[in-house]
Amino acid sequence: MNRRLNLALGALTALMMFAAIYMVFMFVPTEADQGIVQRIFYFHVPCAWVAFAAFGLVAICGIFYLWLGQDIWDDLGYAAAEIGMVFCTLVLVTGSIWAKPIWGTWWTWDSRLTTTLILWLLYGGYLMLRAMADDTPQVARFAAVVGIVAAVDVPVVVVSVRLWRTIHPAVLVTRQGGHGLEDPRMVATLLVALVAFTALFVWLLILRFATLRMRTRIMTLARDLNLAHAAAGDL
Amino acid sequence: MDNFGYLFAAYTIIFAVIFFYVIFIWRRQTRLETELHAMETRLKDVRDELKSRTPPPSRSAP
Repeated sequence: MNRRLNLALGALTALMMFAAIYMVFMFVPTEADQGIVQRIFYFHVPCAWVAFAAFGLVAICGIFYLWLGQDIWDDLGYAAAEIGMVFCTLVLVTGSIWAKPIWGTWWTWDSRLTTTLILWLLYGGYLMLRAMADDTPQVARFAAVVGIVAAVDVPVVVVSVRLWRTIHPAVLVTRQGGHGLEDPRMVATLLVALVAFTALFVWLLILRFATLRMRTRIMTLARDLNLAHAAAGDL
Repeated sequence: MDNFGYLFAAYTIIFAVIFFYVIFIWRRQTRLETELHAMETRLKDVRDELKSRTPPPSRSAP
């Protein structure tokens, strides 16, 4: 990808992140019950959104890879899985930090927390498979299947607060309908943070995908080089 | 300002992780660019050597 375009996208992402930070700390009102710590929510939810979008993309890329067999889908899926893992880790960590002052504990085996941890472990397995095995089409096929199967947990995480008894708040849509954000400034801040994190996701995906394409190109060149050496030895 | 420490910790961790991940990608990209360039040069050298060692095709008599 064009380096200048890449930098422009990075700068735009940084600008949107600054706008989101400004809104979180200067614009949005403090929530009445939880106080200042509730502001973790405005970056905690976008982290979850990026993780879910990334894992969904892994599954889509896996389907296309199994169908078409083109390594471009494998590289895109690998890049998305890595980014999803980074943001899923942030969801678990920031959620835990938020839970301590509100619930009085760093961790509880609540349905949403548990299903999110399972998601993290599943994609951890995916990345371990990629890191430990050779880059063969067979490993790519296994990874595609793992990526598709693991993505089944994403909708389970989303609906877990409705399916089971939970202490995790259903912020966007409550059981009674409507949403948990009373003030329109809270909604605006959340939306800006979601847009900023989506831009960040796209930028990181482009960067990581470019490095993986480069790695694939190097492996192809290494094969060509071996063939050329063999041909030179035969003469 | 109750629980400010928790808020500070959460945002610090988010930005630190994102920052280090971007650095990790950029460093890897730089290393791979160097490797790719070296590989292309080596491949070109081997192909040039092959070309120079291959005898030119002989012309057949009319």
